[in-house]
Amino acid sequence: MTEQGDVARLAGSRARWRAGEAVFWVLVIACAWLFPSRYLIMTDIVRLALFAMSLDLILGYAGIVSLGHAAFFGVGAYSAGLLALHGIINEPVLALLAAGLAATTVGFLTSFLVIRGADLTRLMVTLGIALLLEALAERFSNITGGTDGLQGIEMQPILGLFAFDMFGKTGFFYCLIVMFLLFLLARRIVNSPFGLSLRAIRNNPLRAAAIGVPVNRRLIAVYTLAAFYAGIAGALFTQTTALASLDVFSFERSADLMLLLVIGGTGYLYGGLIGAVVFKMLQEVFSTLTPQYWQFWIGLVLVAIVLVGRTRLHRWALWLPNLLIRQFVGRKAVVAVPESEGS
Amino acid sequence: MTTLLTILFDGIAYGMLLFVLACGLAVTLGLMNFVNLAHGAFAMAGGYVCAVLVNQQGWPFFAALPLAFIASAAIGVALERSLYRHLYARSHLDQVLFSVGLVFMSVAAVDYVMGSSRIFIKLPAALEGQFDVFGIGVGRYRLMIIVICGLLTAGLQLILARTRFGSRLRASVDDPRAASGLGINVPQVFALTFAFGCGLAGLGGALSAEILGLDPYFPLKFMIYFLIVVTVGGSSSITGPFLASLLLGIGDVAGKYYVPKMGPFVIYTIMIVILIWRPNGLFGRAAAR
Repeated sequence: MTEQGDVARLAGSRARWRAGEAVFWVLVIACAWLFPSRYLIMTDIVRLALFAMSLDLILGYAGIVSLGHAAFFGVGAYSAGLLALHGIINEPVLALLAAGLAATTVGFLTSFLVIRGADLTRLMVTLGIALLLEALAERFSNITGGTDGLQGIEMQPILGLFAFDMFGKTGFFYCLIVMFLLFLLARRIVNSPFGLSLRAIRNNPLRAAAIGVPVNRRLIAVYTLAAFYAGIAGALFTQTTALASLDVFSFERSADLMLLLVIGGTGYLYGGLIGAVVFKMLQEVFSTLTPQYWQFWIGLVLVAIVLVGRTRLHRWALWLPNLLIRQFVGRKAVVAVPESEGS
Repeated sequence: MTTLLTILFDGIAYGMLLFVLACGLAVTLGLMNFVNLAHGAFAMAGGYVCAVLVNQQGWPFFAALPLAFIASAAIGVALERSLYRHLYARSHLDQVLFSVGLVFMSVAAVDYVMGSSRIFIKLPAALEGQFDVFGIGVGRYRLMIIVICGLLTAGLQLILARTRFGSRLRASVDDPRAASGLGINVPQVFALTFAFGCGLAGLGGALSAEILGLDPYFPLKFMIYFLIVVTVGGSSSITGPFLASLLLGIGDVAGKYYVPKMGPFVIYTIMIVILIWRPNGLFGRAAAR
């Protein structure tokens, strides 16, 4: 068999849906009926998961370390808020797309700044862009409402049929459907030749360029795509909470996002989803223990994760599931986290 | 004309302060290639030590300053030996996560111990007010900052260029392997340098309580400023970060005076433009790694 055939077969086998994935999504949908009183927090988890998926696209697949991913979240959030507040686009799904496109535009324009330079410069530039947008939002407080945020947003029914209710049931299903559709898209993209070339760039940009991958164009493309995802996540935030304030741009949001993605593991798309669930639960536990100081524990978790080592941690987490699989299915371990080292 | 000179004076004082705060980071980030976002936490520690000593124990301000230095340096060396040491060889992502974690912990811990409001350090009467020199208002406190920071900078430059320790440090940074082959204890040199940098940050934190304000969110608020100083200044010498902090200080003060509505906008824009124009910093050499 030719080399190319091998690659195609490998990529094909990676792209195939596995039983575990189906179980995962069935569980997710089952949650909607299992915990009918917890819609608000579940909506929050779904939004976070989508946002984390966006960071995974650039961090896990393209190896861009970003400290300012909240920039696009914020752009999406404010766009959706302004569109609804001034009644420009009343229909939520259309407004969602418009907000996503606004974030995409910002992402495309800033991608040229981000692809220049090494890790450190990228860190600084992404952080700088998020801070810049926060400063802008504060400056133009007549548009954004300044520190009070946008208030009095009223959402119209989705597609004119499903009105947002006060228990957040509609909001939850709305977010879940949007997240699932975008997940399918992301899954398709990362398993395409485009996605494979991104991995090549992550592992070794120089070598990728040598075998003919247009490195800069690929990075711009994936950065723009990630901005779109983050924008959608931000827009969902505004639409389901009817609120947009300055903290959508905050550094803590970007840092928390990194934490939850690292908890879940980078480079296999489910990391953000699992990480979002774990992170929210941790946050719940910590804020009931010490309401004002939960950040301390989050910081401790971060430090512990890094000191133990991400790869080792994931191996521990997968020990039990793998043991069960070996016992009952009689195969070798099938669950493994493809760990990324973006050095 | 006089306002211009006053802005220049305030800007220089501010810039000198930033330099003392950030020059430890110039070593860890620029020379040892470790992304330490938690540098501000050491500065905050020094500031709070000074505040507690002066306000609650009744120490004189000038006696508390060296203690702020020693306290931060001690915390620095403890953390370096126990935690940082293991992460020098890790990826930048790990280093970022680790130091962000430390920042979160320090913010919450200080909030818990000292409360979340801004605190002030009682200054001796000799440092308050200002006097006129040819019609320019010169604040006594700012003048003292310029003197102290100027002396420190000159001292640092001398240590780096003239002493045996300075040449060991430069050798360890240029090529750790060759340096350890020559019998230089590289980890020890790095640990001492790290501790010294943290001590300077602590001293800077104590001095800056009056000008920058001291509250638990200090490490987060000024993180970007420290990073700007180092990345814009480059890492080839101590002069790069020094000039960068002066530029940043003057630019920030002038920006706040002339276009107050744009706020921090000016600084961020300048930083992004410089980084795009010269990714290795204004005064940096070509990328080492």
